[in-house]
Amino acid sequence: MKYVNYSVINKLKDRTNNWQELYNNINEHRKNNFMNEMQSIEERLWDYIDGISGEREKSAVAKMIEKHLEWKNKYQELLEAHQLMQSAELEEPSMRFTKNVMEEIAKYQVAPATRSYINKKIIWGIGGFFIVMILGFLIYSFSQISFAGSTSPKLLTEYNSAMDKVNWNRFFSSTYTNIFMMVNVVLGLMMLDIYLTRKKQQHKEA
Amino acid sequence: MRTGLTDTEIISRVLKGEQQVFAQLVERYQNYVFTLVFRMLESREDAEEVSQDIFVKAYRSLADFRGDSKFSTWLYTIVRTSCITFLRKKKLDTTSIDNEKTYIQVENRESGFKANLIEQKSRHAMVNEAIKMLSPDDAQVITLFYKGEQSLDEMGNILGLEPNTVKVKLHRARARLKEKMEKYFSHEVRELQRD
Repeated sequence: MKYVNYSVINKLKDRTNNWQELYNNINEHRKNNFMNEMQSIEERLWDYIDGISGEREKSAVAKMIEKHLEWKNKYQELLEAHQLMQSAELEEPSMRFTKNVMEEIAKYQVAPATRSYINKKIIWGIGGFFIVMILGFLIYSFSQISFAGSTSPKLLTEYNSAMDKVNWNRFFSSTYTNIFMMVNVVLGLMMLDIYLTRKKQQHKEA
Repeated sequence: MRTGLTDTEIISRVLKGEQQVFAQLVERYQNYVFTLVFRMLESREDAEEVSQDIFVKAYRSLADFRGDSKFSTWLYTIVRTSCITFLRKKKLDTTSIDNEKTYIQVENRESGFKANLIEQKSRHAMVNEAIKMLSPDDAQVITLFYKGEQSLDEMGNILGLEPNTVKVKLHRARARLKEKMEKYFSHEVRELQRD
């Protein structure tokens, strides 16, 4: 953008009464605009060179290169850099490298695949055990609450007073209970993570 | 150009007990692995040792390679974890792999390599030297993209990043490399262009 809009000048003018400062601000603004524009041109050109831009974008960039000298020059510059990067050679290890590796692996055997010795039934068994434990804990907790008179219209009030009567310290003061709860929370989070990862994977595949 | 057996064929033969066939995989990927490791550890001796270790690990856990990704992608996961473990163990006094090297380091390297570079007058050498001036993270991204033939999606998978983030990282790494080449090798670039 070669010219700064009047709206921008006015905006900047509002902020200052000093004309020198205004002049500097305008220059700064111009410079930023130019930099942003160049950056966006570069990004679009890199995508074009890498072949990852869509069909419409590809033809749009090709037209820009054809029509504008600025785009053409930048394209040439980036293409040269791209070709240079492609021409970079890989480092080479010592001549004996393969021999050393083969001598080393001669001492070993391929380990059996992890999936072959991890039994899914055991994993599900552990999961099931913890779920049963959580359910048991909840059932026991609720069984301690007296729900007498729960059919009365003041159900909520009575429920609250019943909850108040429960001695929660009985359940949560023990270190073992806390550890147990912590383990359950961690397991719950792990299962949630597995579920979300699977969902994400399914979404990707779709 | 690759000739002979494909990676999958080699792997299935190794899994059937033909240990010697694994040498073909080592030959095929040794430069790639060594380059990645060398750019992370910045020491040839360490890189050689760790690269050997990587191939041994790859051999031992070959049965875990399910073939749903390229072998190079799977191998890179071993490269990355091995390098991180090695750096942790050694507690090297290096900058973070996300940080760029200091100007002084670059200057020293540049002055040392420049003489060698002029002698070789090689385009490859110049790019390699410029890549060495980058941070290991930037060098890694460029190596994976240009030499590992990894797509942005594959790179995202192995680096644990979104493809768009990888794209941004690649853009930045290339911009930095271009900057280095313009700053330290502008004369050589011009000469190469003239040739």
